Amino acid sequence: MAISLDKALGIHQHALEGRVKRAEVLANNLANADTPGYKARDIDFQAMMEKAQEGMSGFGMTRTHESHMDTSPMGQDSELMYRVPNQPSVDGNTVDTQQEQTRFMRNAMDYQASFQFLNGKVTGIKKALSGQ
Amino acid sequence: MSLGSIFDIAGSGMTAQSLRLNTTASNIANAETASSSTEQTYRARKPVFAAIQQSMLNPSQQGQAFGSEEGPGAGVRVEGIVESDAELQMRFQPDHPAANEEGYVFYPNVNVVEEMADMMSSSRSFQMNVDIMNSAKSMMQRILTLGQQ
Repeated sequence: MAISLDKALGIHQHALEGRVKRAEVLANNLANADTPGYKARDIDFQAMMEKAQEGMSGFGMTRTHESHMDTSPMGQDSELMYRVPNQPSVDGNTVDTQQEQTRFMRNAMDYQASFQFLNGKVTGIKKALSGQ
Repeated sequence: MSLGSIFDIAGSGMTAQSLRLNTTASNIANAETASSSTEQTYRARKPVFAAIQQSMLNPSQQGQAFGSEEGPGAGVRVEGIVESDAELQMRFQPDHPAANEEGYVFYPNVNVVEEMADMMSSSRSFQMNVDIMNSAKSMMQRILTLGQQ
């Protein structure tokens, strides 16, 4: 049986990648907190994970033409959505700074959790390889 | 798309906010600069912010059928600085050296209270971007320790 490092690491590498992606989107929301007309965005993390799981189960599709829609686990920006504002602002900006900051912090904690899992996997593989 | 781009995003936010702080400082410093004509009088300056789209940074991606406009943003930029067209303050001060023939002096349309509020808002936003950068830094440092005991 061939050893596949990709499979050994499981879903955690995709989760970590998703957390990084989400951190970027949230950081962008916060940077644009004072930009008139800016619409806050976020990533549908669950949809992203479902896609990653589909890709891992072996039923993922391959792109035969570059203008076909991307169905890879970490696809294009199809998971990127606009947030529904709960308070209208005069200049059309929908960034709620407090909420975005909370989400960013929460995302950073989730990132840490994903990292712990991934680190556990890596140390497990290392132990197996060294025969301890 | 990586942690590294968070530094660019937060950095662009810090640049924009410090420019906003600069214009506020200029406005408050000139709040009492009197002159004898409407043309020469200082007018309050305000920066105009606009979001940077990712497609602007990577022109090669622009031709893509999907997601060229819909991509995640890449921070904020200052599109320009505009002068406020609010009415100037006209005061009757015949003794003032800059008074015109009718004895009027023009003062800038700077609202000091508004500027102070703007100053607090921009310094808070700056601080927030610094916090984001710090978080991204610790996230990045953590990934470097992957696989270590």
